[in-house]
Amino acid sequence: MTTKLPPPVRKDPTRRTRLPTRPPGNRSREAHGLTAMAAAGRFALQTCADCGTVQYPPRQVCGRCLGDRLEWRDVAPGGRLLAETTLAHSNDLFFRDRLPWRLGVVEADAGPSMVAHLAEDCAAGERVRLALSIDRAGNAVVTARPETPTPNPEDDRQLREMAFDPKDRRVLIVDGKTELGLALVRAFADAGARRIYVGHAQPWRKSAQLEAARAVKRATLFPLDVTDTDSVEELAATIGDKVEIMVNNAYHLRMGGAIGRCDLNTAHDEMEIHYHGLLRLAGHFGPAMRARGADGAHGAAAWVNVLSAYAWVNNPALGTYSASQAAALSLSQCLRAELAEGGVRTVNAFIGPIEDEWHQLAPPPKLDPATVARRIVAGLKAGAEDLPIGAVAEEILARRAENPKEIERAMKL
Amino acid sequence: MADARRGYAGIAVAAPVTVAYARYSIRSGHWFCGRALAGLIEAAGVEKADIDGFCVSSFTLHPDSAVGLMQHLGVSPRWLDHIPMGGASGAVALRRAARAVQAGDAEIVALIGADTNHVDTFRQTVATFSQFANDAVYPYGAGGPNASFAFLTDRYMREYGARREDFGRLCIAQRENALPVPHAMMKRPLTMEQYLNARPIAEPLRLFDCVMPCAGAEACLVMTEDRARALGIPFASVLGTIERHNAFPDDPIQYRGGWAVDIGELYDQAGIGPDDIDLFQAYDDYPVICFMQIEDLGFCAKGEAPGFVRERDLTAGGDFPFNTSGGQLSAGQAGAGGGFVGLVETLRQLTGRTHGHRVEGARHGLVSCFGMIVYDRGLCTSAAILGRSDT
Repeated sequence: MTTKLPPPVRKDPTRRTRLPTRPPGNRSREAHGLTAMAAAGRFALQTCADCGTVQYPPRQVCGRCLGDRLEWRDVAPGGRLLAETTLAHSNDLFFRDRLPWRLGVVEADAGPSMVAHLAEDCAAGERVRLALSIDRAGNAVVTARPETPTPNPEDDRQLREMAFDPKDRRVLIVDGKTELGLALVRAFADAGARRIYVGHAQPWRKSAQLEAARAVKRATLFPLDVTDTDSVEELAATIGDKVEIMVNNAYHLRMGGAIGRCDLNTAHDEMEIHYHGLLRLAGHFGPAMRARGADGAHGAAAWVNVLSAYAWVNNPALGTYSASQAAALSLSQCLRAELAEGGVRTVNAFIGPIEDEWHQLAPPPKLDPATVARRIVAGLKAGAEDLPIGAVAEEILARRAENPKEIERAMKL
Repeated sequence: MADARRGYAGIAVAAPVTVAYARYSIRSGHWFCGRALAGLIEAAGVEKADIDGFCVSSFTLHPDSAVGLMQHLGVSPRWLDHIPMGGASGAVALRRAARAVQAGDAEIVALIGADTNHVDTFRQTVATFSQFANDAVYPYGAGGPNASFAFLTDRYMREYGARREDFGRLCIAQRENALPVPHAMMKRPLTMEQYLNARPIAEPLRLFDCVMPCAGAEACLVMTEDRARALGIPFASVLGTIERHNAFPDDPIQYRGGWAVDIGELYDQAGIGPDDIDLFQAYDDYPVICFMQIEDLGFCAKGEAPGFVRERDLTAGGDFPFNTSGGQLSAGQAGAGGGFVGLVETLRQLTGRTHGHRVEGARHGLVSCFGMIVYDRGLCTSAAILGRSDT
């Protein structure tokens, strides 16, 4: 059983806040193949297409047949812990702040032996389940958990550094007035979030979802309009030093493309909410989150952007909407690089059409907002970086990887 | 069948030199190489220009290699080798140099293992040691070699029932050997209680299981026996050598090294067996690797080193003289110089010019070297048997 983390206590304002440090981030190009697999939540290792040898650490050629057709293939995640150590000394500042630190060598069922960060309940000689996780520097690392899950895995002191479990953390849901917003509030409450701040814009507009969110335990409502710099600044001044997980779920969806509906006002609104909105949130909440990346066991952890899968490929039926999503996706990569300096993860969820009033004309399959919310929480717990959610997003991703020109031409609502 | 390997008849090792160790130094690796060369020239009574071959190992000449060092030292050798094998460099350098002298490519080859240790040198060395370490070890706690040897030690203890006391016996005996050695960093005797209760570093390793990085140099010369006699300097003869890299790649974790592949050839070439070895200098950055060498070089079966060490006396005056100058565990690890400690100490013992305790009547010395944990195991192993010049 994993030792329970003590619940967060009110911060002593006289204590110095521990500054963020990052684990060693020097990786080869080959090793970033692991990062790509970890970002997608896969346990895939470099595999020789010619002789089938699975190798680790990644190389430029196959260590057996010297072929260079090396592919990333999903492999069995099982293994056995051969040896372990508990570091009481480290040459690196990140780990010095976190000693003692426990590591092991796992003989993977797939073949290679792998140095891994260990969950507390892993025991030498026993079976473990391996995963690729992303560490605080944004790079892939191997983690091992007991093959048979044990209680309280979310409290694991070490693996919490590689994942962003909402438990005991304070979350800001930017827009509480939509079906998705309410679903997110409920999902984070179910996951044990310490506090859920719920933003809401346009006070003149009533929302049944917001009223339902208000009733959720540990949820507090705050005015927040991402198109209004003063509003964002004001909320950041109020709770900016407390937000540990940011969920930017504001969206503005209207049908129409560039020729069929050359409506600059709508296009402007989309950019205001998706792109400038993200920029305002980043500018006002980003600095405090980045500075609090190592603030105790419950410091700032992750920034989630709920994006459309049409950020990858423009859907002409939602042409300007798709373009503003692409702008937001690009900005999220900038945000990722900047937040990484504080060890704070940027997670992008990519969704297809969901069941709400604005997707009335979109054909099924449409996602239940509750499913999207659950997947986002699960992704944080697993430490993922990119989360394609639902059949539409997964299909776009797969077809784009196979032939980007084909998906570009086939895209329609 | 392949032709039998040629022996090393007529090849001499001479002029053991140690540049005094320092925990930290503001000098560079070049300084330690230069002072080692000056020591060799003085010990052999030769001119600088007489040394026409160099075999250099150092981690701290950066951005130079042995090439830049030649201009730095103002020498013009006709044979130059740079051996980046860390702890395995000593015996490897010896066999390279011996062949060069045998073939007439060089007459006198200087073997130099030298490194400085600035306050931050060790951290920087382990932080950029290899691509595999950068990608798959260092980001996991940045424990450096401590973590890697902790895994090997943990596995060895589980597999063969070794106890910390067994490793302690070896460390304590080496400390006793080190006490009269002037350059040894550790000056006080070590008790079992101190060993067992030392500060944890990377469990199961504690402080006295871990070598202390320092600055320093070890060096000697290789030439023909005739040349050594003409110079009137004492020397030892080379009886056999081996080296091996990335042995047993399919072992899931290292419990044996390349010596186990080549042991037969080593003793065949020397024409003797383990029972004829009078003193054994093994690479000793951590005691577990000494246990592997005791096994893989034929003194006991695999997994029996703990019992072997319990029954033997490893001090210089004991029945199994082992790391007779204290080894690196007591003297310090002078970077790549650590790969030459065993060679230089064996030479001192066989020529009767020790700094510390002398093994009386020793005729055959075994030197074993180990280096380069690039990912999860040490890749380079080497060994050599030296004989007293009248053997």
